[in-house]
Amino acid sequence: MKKVNEVNSYMAMTFEALRHILKKRATILYPFKEREKVHVPKGFRGELVFYLDKCIGCASCFKVCPSETIEIIYDGQKRRPIFYLDRCTRCQQCEEICPTHAIELTDNFETVGFDRKEKIVK
Amino acid sequence: MSFNIPIGPQHPALKEPENFTFTVDGEYVVGVKVRIGYMHKGIEKLMESKNYIQNIPLVERICGICNVAHTLCYCQNIEYLHGKEIPRRAEFIRVIIEELNRIHSHLLWIGIVAHEVGFDTFFMYTWRDREVVMDLIELLTGNRVSTALNTIGGVRRNIDNDKAYRLKKGMEILERRTKYYKQIATAEPTLLTRLKGVGILTPKEAIKWSAVGPTLRASGIKSDVRADDPYAAHDEVPFNVITYDSCDVFGRLMVRIDETLESIDMVRHCLDHIPSGPIRIRLPNAPPKGESISRVEAPRGEDIHYVKSNGSDKPERYKVRAPTLGNLLSLIEMLTSKGEYVVHIADIPVVLAGIDPCMCCMDRSIKFIDLRKEKVWTWTWDRLKKYSKEVHEKSK
Repeated sequence: MKKVNEVNSYMAMTFEALRHILKKRATILYPFKEREKVHVPKGFRGELVFYLDKCIGCASCFKVCPSETIEIIYDGQKRRPIFYLDRCTRCQQCEEICPTHAIELTDNFETVGFDRKEKIVK
Repeated sequence: MSFNIPIGPQHPALKEPENFTFTVDGEYVVGVKVRIGYMHKGIEKLMESKNYIQNIPLVERICGICNVAHTLCYCQNIEYLHGKEIPRRAEFIRVIIEELNRIHSHLLWIGIVAHEVGFDTFFMYTWRDREVVMDLIELLTGNRVSTALNTIGGVRRNIDNDKAYRLKKGMEILERRTKYYKQIATAEPTLLTRLKGVGILTPKEAIKWSAVGPTLRASGIKSDVRADDPYAAHDEVPFNVITYDSCDVFGRLMVRIDETLESIDMVRHCLDHIPSGPIRIRLPNAPPKGESISRVEAPRGEDIHYVKSNGSDKPERYKVRAPTLGNLLSLIEMLTSKGEYVVHIADIPVVLAGIDPCMCCMDRSIKFIDLRKEKVWTWTWDRLKKYSKEVHEKSK
């Protein structure tokens, strides 16, 4: 009986393995091939964009940002935020609190760069 | 005579920093010293310099895997301070996301144990199917791991019909797969020989060393915060507290597999019975003066947060006790040979992995001290694992 059980259990894995020979590969060859296959759902928290014309300079975003991404400056015309995106954790709290929808998180997840200065949104 | 083997400070099983010194007599482990404190992140101090809203993403980063448990515990704590109740719908959504997080954590752990015993096929299957639940979490919250769904006063995103439908579809796949894993775990000789009778923790000792979570429940003690002190919507969502009385690593594996199945049922129940209404109330930035404690059943065990507020918008003191700290001391009992119960050096990896340690919410090399030859040497985790596999290959 013990022998039968043992054989059964080995067979269970064998069938599973055989079944998967016929299936398609689960891995997506992401950075080099099949880039288009990467599925990003609606509402994904990606890199943020900032619309300066909508901003009223209330600094609410500055108050909720956990990682000091946002700095409030005076640019000669109005008070406004600038964003150091290398520090951004994409928690979306700034988008939520913004009264005029001047901040928006896009579905862009490829946010790597070689220079921190490129990652400053002015 | 014995010799000491230091494991760590780079973390056993999960590549996090921790130090264990094992005293060994030949092949048998006769004593363990646990030394913690290699991982100082300074989160508690940093929290005192940020306001309550800014602290939510910070709390989330105490532990990546059980992030929902930590944010839930934190948000609940602040709501207790305010003395306000949150909308019922938000509480249901909190249970859904918490249970999804538990499924993801348990599937991850099953894979790790399979990997530790050298059964890598099983490891790859579980991790592939874990992608299903990761995708569902991404669908609900916008990110695979850091959910950021809980907030002070409720939750940040709603569940619509389309999402509910896709969740149910996902649960079907997960249930079918988890049942298959249960069948493999109970029948596969490789797993049984490596896990049965290994890392014994008797119920009496489990209580003495204050074990928590699945480690405690695998010793046959019915203890679960969700049932003993219900929070969120757990008072309304029925579930069984899973216990096994085999007291070994195999019991811990079965507890986690069965808990995954329970969690799947809980998610379904929540989706069927979720009330309509708002998902969030706005609370003032500064809670009133006072202290509060909140408890949550994280995937690894009971998570406790303490907050002291002085009436400003920043906490005066915040203290976190992550579940691994509760489980770590019970390792002393599991890894000490006594009488007929012997622990082999080759069993160390799987016993350590058995408590699902998360050292960065707590420490990786091993130091051995030989009693007979009065010799001391150090092994890395990978070396120990290789040794463990070699020994079991020979014994076949």
